[in-house]
Amino acid sequence: MLHIVNKSPFERNALKSCLAHALAGDSVLLIEDAVIGAVSGSSIVTELQQAINGNAVKIYALSPDLAARGVKAERVLEGIQVVDYAGFVDLTVANEKTQSWL
Amino acid sequence: MAKKFLYLNRKAPYGTVYALESLEVVLIAAAFEQEVSLAFLDDGVYQIAKGQNPKAAGMKNFSPTYNALGDYGITQLYVERESLVERGLTEEDLMPIVYEDENDEYAEKPSVQVISRAEMSQIMAEQDVTLSF
Repeated sequence: MLHIVNKSPFERNALKSCLAHALAGDSVLLIEDAVIGAVSGSSIVTELQQAINGNAVKIYALSPDLAARGVKAERVLEGIQVVDYAGFVDLTVANEKTQSWL
Repeated sequence: MAKKFLYLNRKAPYGTVYALESLEVVLIAAAFEQEVSLAFLDDGVYQIAKGQNPKAAGMKNFSPTYNALGDYGITQLYVERESLVERGLTEEDLMPIVYEDENDEYAEKPSVQVISRAEMSQIMAEQDVTLSF
């Protein structure tokens, strides 16, 4: 399953709730303001690392949305894979189902 | 073949239009004879809270409509226990939504099932289509 989150974790609880429900093997793609959570040192990092290392959830962040907000790839938390729009398409193809967290 | 549709409700009613829009789409979808269930988590649990009265706030109370879902064959309303607890709520704070079981002499049965976060994850995983509101 591919989970898509588009809200900042500092404004909404969508990312936290998503991470609390994602199952092992699921993927989570951060787009739009959700990429703010991907920055190394942000306070959501604990939950992201728990998902990546503890629960075998893959986390992705969309590069055009990182770039739009001035976040360089080296500022992205280790373990998060940065993908472009083509990568976004690949994720939707690779996952049979998609669930959005508004 | 009927597909499993889950309507995922995560926002409180009245503050935004999501809850009402979700309910309207659910009623439309019911006409297409798919296997429809509703999930209420995070602030979404307030959508089926007892005693809603938005009159003084100038809005229409649409909460009685949830009682009609059973007549449309929608009998599975999943509520996440952790979301209730986080908000100081219990199952007693929810509307007693029921349906008539046509396979059991139209006995009234509860539509609301309070489940754990882990069970909610499983229910999400079992769906063909999930629509988020």
